Amino acid sequence: MKLAVGPVLYLWDRTIALDFYAALCDAPVDIVYLGEVVCSKRRVLQREDWPGVAQALRDAGKEVVFSTLALIEAESELATMARIADSAGGHVEANDMAAVQYSAGRPFVAGPHLNIYNAATLAMMAAHGARRWVAPVEMPLATIATLGAARPPGLEIEVFAYGRLPLAFSARCFTARAQNRPKDECGFICGDYPDGITLYSREDQPFLTLNGIQTQSAAVQNLLPHIGALRSAGVDILRLSPQSQDFPAVIRAFRTALDSGDAATSFPEPSLPGGYCDGYLRGEAGIDHAG
Amino acid sequence: MKLELVCPAGTLPALRAAVDHGADAVYIGFRGATNARNFPGLNFSEKEAAAGIAYAHERGTRVFVALNVYPSPATWDAATAVIDTAARLGVDALILADPGLMHYATNRHPALRLHLSVQGSATNWRAIEFYRREFGVRRAVLPRVLSVTQVARLIERTEVEIEVFGFGSLCVMVEGRCALSSFATGHSPNTQGVCSPAHAVRWEETPAGRQSRLNGILIDRYSPGEAAGYPTLCKGRFRVNDSVFHALEEPTSLNALDVLPALMAAGVKAIKVEGRQRSPAYVAQVTGLLRRALDLCAAAYPGRTEGHGDDRAGSPASWTPPADLLSALDALAEGRTHTLGAYHRPWQ
Repeated sequence: MKLAVGPVLYLWDRTIALDFYAALCDAPVDIVYLGEVVCSKRRVLQREDWPGVAQALRDAGKEVVFSTLALIEAESELATMARIADSAGGHVEANDMAAVQYSAGRPFVAGPHLNIYNAATLAMMAAHGARRWVAPVEMPLATIATLGAARPPGLEIEVFAYGRLPLAFSARCFTARAQNRPKDECGFICGDYPDGITLYSREDQPFLTLNGIQTQSAAVQNLLPHIGALRSAGVDILRLSPQSQDFPAVIRAFRTALDSGDAATSFPEPSLPGGYCDGYLRGEAGIDHAG
Repeated sequence: MKLELVCPAGTLPALRAAVDHGADAVYIGFRGATNARNFPGLNFSEKEAAAGIAYAHERGTRVFVALNVYPSPATWDAATAVIDTAARLGVDALILADPGLMHYATNRHPALRLHLSVQGSATNWRAIEFYRREFGVRRAVLPRVLSVTQVARLIERTEVEIEVFGFGSLCVMVEGRCALSSFATGHSPNTQGVCSPAHAVRWEETPAGRQSRLNGILIDRYSPGEAAGYPTLCKGRFRVNDSVFHALEEPTSLNALDVLPALMAAGVKAIKVEGRQRSPAYVAQVTGLLRRALDLCAAAYPGRTEGHGDDRAGSPASWTPPADLLSALDALAEGRTHTLGAYHRPWQ
């Protein structure tokens, strides 16, 4: 199995992001996803920063994939998606059917925000050029295994294995709303929250995370203890979604577990409120945690 | 060509109510986890559907069947059986979200008219174009996240008919892109056709007030005398930083009457009413009220119902929906209040 680092889902400071990608050049991961999935207004890096970051990662032996926006509404967002698809030379992750429509006939990665739930849809995406499929986060591992067993030839399967789960998208910016700011005068307030804002129930249970127009879980999904089951299900790639704390240790733990087959690798205690979860794996509530 | 009114029917009596009160089309679902209103006591058997279709067709009303979940391998056969049944019964259109099912429908029943469900998450013309080229989709229902201006621009770029929501409960998340319910309960709109399902709801009376829980998670707490709503999880009150508030969305209904002329001018083909889970009495009232609104608007702006192209001037400032109509709809609305939702973006 390979390790992938997913796109940064938050608005990180440019220097921090550049340092993060520089460190990934030396990290034991195989694939790095770059680009913006959540908000078209954000600029984690400047447009001219990305090619250099990508080249450094490629020089370090990483496969680089450019992810595209999950919610595309405006013409300008369609144009950005098209520009990325054209320049990525087949190394693009489609997260909206607009990107599939645009990339059809060329290789692409079918991202986690496309709704691919059955063999017929998966076969169609493969026929259009999908060489890799990132399963929807809510899909049980048993279903992934069923689809994997009959997968189109050559298709790789990737699973969201670590991180706050991307659960929903909206036209509304919940981070701006929480600060009583209008969306178009947001002042990029989300930049103050490198792991999003935790939303608690009125009993102080960490429940969700506000990340701009995206809603995530508060709990970090951690599938490290289930690597054996993931391998048996035919999963080829584990996606680790960047968080601001402990990420190098998380990568090391997954790498050690993959290389040694030992899931009992030491693993950072959860530093974000909400702890760990893994319920989706068993077809249960995603928030559940068996460990 | 006029702006169509598409109304919900969860049962045969609701279907008759919609037909009798002026719907141009009704949409229904079959029992089981194949549609996005998979609630106990709701939806149609094949026999009921046949009776409903006959009733509607005799009165010039069309019937659409919604099969808008994304079936997994385990539910695939049940889903394709619904397509076969719908084709056999002679429905006027099938409302689908899943590309795999569209592929099946196009192959097996090429004459069957396909609509792209709101659950298909198509929020731009290029995504709609995918479904048109692949499956000949004739109509797309837009997620409730676009402004009127965005709807108008999208229509300029597609030949697919556009249907938008006009009234009913509101999803603040992009439909088909929301796993909040499965995160909390294991059941989601995409897979089981439910959101915040009733079996996971628990009400409690406590000294602090009435509380609603979803799979144990506290969704809301109500002061004595405060109206309590169904605990749809995005409409609960939560704590963010130091404030407790409706962090995602207030319990309120969508009501697009204020922008009806603008939607007509934009070339919208049909206005959809949410609520297959609602009673026949509710469907009768809402259908009647919206029929009146659409007819008033069409009479006031006759040039705007001739379809694409001629008049794109936008919403006439003079249009004000009759106050009695709005108050009657508010009385029926979730939270007894309404919003234009994304059509007009007060948060932008």
